[in-house]
Amino acid sequence: MEGVMRTDAKMRTESGAESSPRGPGCSLRHFACEQNLLSRPDGSASFLQGDTSVLAGVYGPAEVKVSKEIFNKATLEVILRPKIGLPGVAEKSRERLIRNTCEAVVLGALHPRTSITVVLQVVSDAGSLLACGLNAACMALVDAGVPMRALFCGVTCALDSEGTLVLDPTAKQEKEARAILTFALDSVERKLLMSTTKGLYSDAELQQCLAAAQAASQHVFRFYRESLQRRYSKS
Amino acid sequence: MAAGFKTVEPLEYYRRFLKENCRPDGRELGEFRTTTVNIGSISTADGSALVKLGNTTVICGIKAEFAAPPTDAPDKGYVVPNVDLPPLCSSRFRSGPPGEEAQVASQFIADVIENSQIIQKEDLCISPGKLSWVLYCDIICLDYDGNILDACTFALLAALKNVQLPEVTINEETALAEVNLKKKSYLNIRTHPVATSFAVFDDTLLIVDPTGEEEHLATGTLTVVMDEEGKLCCLHKPGGSGLTGAKLQDCMSRAVTRHKEVKKLMDEVIKSMKPK
Repeated sequence: MEGVMRTDAKMRTESGAESSPRGPGCSLRHFACEQNLLSRPDGSASFLQGDTSVLAGVYGPAEVKVSKEIFNKATLEVILRPKIGLPGVAEKSRERLIRNTCEAVVLGALHPRTSITVVLQVVSDAGSLLACGLNAACMALVDAGVPMRALFCGVTCALDSEGTLVLDPTAKQEKEARAILTFALDSVERKLLMSTTKGLYSDAELQQCLAAAQAASQHVFRFYRESLQRRYSKS
Repeated sequence: MAAGFKTVEPLEYYRRFLKENCRPDGRELGEFRTTTVNIGSISTADGSALVKLGNTTVICGIKAEFAAPPTDAPDKGYVVPNVDLPPLCSSRFRSGPPGEEAQVASQFIADVIENSQIIQKEDLCISPGKLSWVLYCDIICLDYDGNILDACTFALLAALKNVQLPEVTINEETALAEVNLKKKSYLNIRTHPVATSFAVFDDTLLIVDPTGEEEHLATGTLTVVMDEEGKLCCLHKPGGSGLTGAKLQDCMSRAVTRHKEVKKLMDEVIKSMKPK
């Protein structure tokens, strides 16, 4: 069995060029990633951000039902299971977001008429769940060896009532926030792949959050690189 | 000959038009289709609106019923949206439980209602802890030709402006609600969220208000929901090609102008209805 590897990284980032004097500095929580921990899926990863944890498994490229096959590329499917209860409409909406993000980076043209299934299980939710799910999905796709044109990462920003930016909010910070913005950014040019927001905010605040998310994504990508380097340098 | 080319190579056919900065139906890249709205057409509903965005037709009907307020918020009512995409509107939908597209649209509308605070849920409360209104907003698509989210948001807004709730008093002796159908009042609509959808082509070009074919050929979509103060309620970008910050800025400015267009249309329609 391949060595299970755990990388701990504590990262600190300041939000962009104008760090506001009020409020604490913006920092991402402690994150950890474990790959290849499940034996049946082709690739699996568990991503932890603070206390939020999501387990992802990838099956593919595998056989696809004739009704779902696409003649020139792979059919991507995402299944998101909540921690408690049956999946509902909110899960369907999130599945669509994660699926479209993966479709933008996965080179489906190399595996036509196949299916790639990403299954995400929420293990614990302490804020920034969608971002954690995106990170876990990316790490699992890498572990499965699915060809991708770029890596992607998820970053969540919360704006509180005074307009202070908090990156990677905890569940408590999310509840008190005026607006929560989740972005998925790609690793090549830091372009915005996916965005979903909750609450009211202004255009300027959006640009500020996007810039902060782009800065934070650098740390996440560096963490991906280091964890993969460590994993492959052992064997 | 053009029809043959369109069937065989739809993307190339499209690119020829985009190179000249226009689209097959003659629109500019930043132009919306003709928008028409009709309010109050369903007499059995408490509020209704029919919106046509080019060929895309969406109808919204709102029914108000009584319900016990939620236990964790005894002074609030409910707004329950539901978007239905029946097989009538397009051949890609089958009858049966709601498909993914309908569920995503329902979730989107629910998010818009909650984020924009279009109605204060406290206004729907009749008697704290005992009785409140629940507004069932049913949005049904009659013809699917792309840009369903914009049409649904507009239909919801127009229908909510049309809703008239009767006055309800709680009789102290019998503890029953008495409804006075003669005295009706409009809802207090606090903000007017307007959605603007874009489609991304070949990772670079942004076109506004995509039709069904354009959505199919596009590499990504983006929907921006803005209210009148320029505040954003929702930035919905479900994956697709990446966008830079500058491109987002262009989308915002287009969304602001669209908001003005829609608000003007709404005000005209409401004004023409008022004399009743």
